[in-house]
Amino acid sequence: MKKAKTLFDKIWDEHKVTGIPGGPDVLYIDKHLIHEVTSPQAFAGLEKRGISVFRKEQTLATADHNVPTINQHLPIREEMSRLQVSRLVENCRKHEIELFGLGHPNQGIVHVIAPELGITLPGMTMVCGDSHTSTHGGLGALAFGIGSTEVEQVFASQCLLQERPPAMKICVTGEMGPWLSSKDLILYIISQASTDAATGHFVEYMGSAISALSIEERMTVCNMSIEMGARGGIIAPDDKTLEYIRNRPFAPKGKALEAALERWKELHSDEGAFFARELHFDITGLAPMVTYGTNPGMGIAVDSNIPVLNNPSDRKALEYMGWQGGEPVAGKKLDYVFIGSCTNSRIEDLRIVAAVVKGKKVSQDVIAFIVPGSQRVRQQAKSEGLEDIFLESGFEFRESGCSACLGMNEDKIPPLSYCMATSNRNFEGRQGPGARTILASPATAAASAINGYITDIRMLAS
Amino acid sequence: MNKFQSFRSTVVPLEADNIDTDQIIPARFLKATGRTGFGENLFRDLRYDSSGKKKAGFILNNDSFHGKILMTGKNFGCGSSREHAAWAIQDYGFDAIIAESFADIFRNNALNIGLLTITLPENILKQLFAKCKKSPSTQIGVNLRDQFVELFDGESTSYPFVINPYKKLCLLEGLDDIDYLLSIRDQIALFEQKKASSIENLSRI
Repeated sequence: MKKAKTLFDKIWDEHKVTGIPGGPDVLYIDKHLIHEVTSPQAFAGLEKRGISVFRKEQTLATADHNVPTINQHLPIREEMSRLQVSRLVENCRKHEIELFGLGHPNQGIVHVIAPELGITLPGMTMVCGDSHTSTHGGLGALAFGIGSTEVEQVFASQCLLQERPPAMKICVTGEMGPWLSSKDLILYIISQASTDAATGHFVEYMGSAISALSIEERMTVCNMSIEMGARGGIIAPDDKTLEYIRNRPFAPKGKALEAALERWKELHSDEGAFFARELHFDITGLAPMVTYGTNPGMGIAVDSNIPVLNNPSDRKALEYMGWQGGEPVAGKKLDYVFIGSCTNSRIEDLRIVAAVVKGKKVSQDVIAFIVPGSQRVRQQAKSEGLEDIFLESGFEFRESGCSACLGMNEDKIPPLSYCMATSNRNFEGRQGPGARTILASPATAAASAINGYITDIRMLAS
Repeated sequence: MNKFQSFRSTVVPLEADNIDTDQIIPARFLKATGRTGFGENLFRDLRYDSSGKKKAGFILNNDSFHGKILMTGKNFGCGSSREHAAWAIQDYGFDAIIAESFADIFRNNALNIGLLTITLPENILKQLFAKCKKSPSTQIGVNLRDQFVELFDGESTSYPFVINPYKKLCLLEGLDDIDYLLSIRDQIALFEQKKASSIENLSRI
């Protein structure tokens, strides 16, 4: 009898070229995604060695982290940013790597474009010099973030020296109410499990509540795996996955797709497979979640009070936010609302925002901006009439990029300002020095933009 | 990579949990395309206020504390995968970080550039923090070959630590992962031929 294996182990084993005794495995990488911030040092390393990219056709580049979201057709004004983006263009030209750069109809956040183009497929290994590479796990790919030295490893050999992390299972059951989404689900899980609950592990999400999610919602869940320390997150592919992939521009077609479907049926954890750690959650009755502190584990139901905390780190977090324990979190005033990032900037997210804000106006006290995850998402939103709804409501509708998620371009939140963001990290200074971030779902962010304060979407919608 | 040598140094005690890589080096300082010079902006927003003035309460601004060892709490280096965080710490002058735990990507990045990450249990760290904070001249020895740190405070006490044997070898010998991977390119090409029919190859960029 064959040994019962986890989904993670199946994919890892298939991609293991060899192993160093007592050391890491040599893991073969099917697709390598790169961007302007973490690749230049790796390219420079190749040049120092006098070697070229080993498998350029398995490498895809985009410019996303450091690009403006207004007037992308004009030269980038900030000199360092312009140099970094033009370095990517030069490097891709020199090494003959496909680049979906500024002005390209496929440009966008690296973790948005690869799935939407059909480049991400179940069962493949993918890496990128970005911690949110775990996003691709929503399609059943084994995907994780790496550093620049590791980017150079993959350039040089299409492989990565990597310790095999143990698999961990997170099983989620129950049903969520109207207006709740997978963002609420994952913020809830991290708030319960803590920010290092999965450190050293690779998480597989399963259970009826996960199966019920759309593919884009699954990407949101896998995306935030890193916020509890996980190496990555993965969800076994099912019929929804296959429907999502069908007809995507770069996805297999015809007979190739049929063959793929057969193989993907094997991509699930066997009964009795061993997980080093298991967590179970029931999300019945879950309320929309928001964060109140300075890490993604500091999340609470929007209809509850900010906890009274005594630990020095937690107290410092509340001080940073300018809030007191014991106060209700709903009603807290906002200055900005940012809808975007690899966590929540896909077409389904924008449709939810449109549904909430249609016919309503953004509060005069709030600057609200939407940064679609890709040019394709932007075009789709235009063709569905969502752009008109956003503009009518008083939202700005920008061009695609990482934007205010990390405040690397000019989209920074000013010191002491409150920004509700659909992104993934509320760290001190993440959105700009002194900026205060409240993480939430697209529905909650949209409702809060209308009111100008943290809002329970269920109240607004009723 | 230089060979890692045992050393003895005073300690900079940064007693906090969950120091993320955005705090280690904020994104706005990631625009450089080289690997050097990031130390200048290490812990930028903890170290300086918005006008560029040093913040008095931050440990790096306290002249009593300096050294090649950074000591901190749990989940150090969580968040973004930016290797710039490890470069900044090394560029500033640290050769080792002692913590209760590290985030995975950060630890890999650090070890890949020869910056040693040492994990010690909470109770031992508490003692070390107390000693080093009370007397900043306290020296700690780092011995990678025999895998222990040694506290010198009149007498000497050793605390063992665990490290992956492969990573230990790389650090001690100054070995480079990429040289190894280049040496097995033929084996990798053979592996590719074997899996050529597999589905991953069907998606062409």
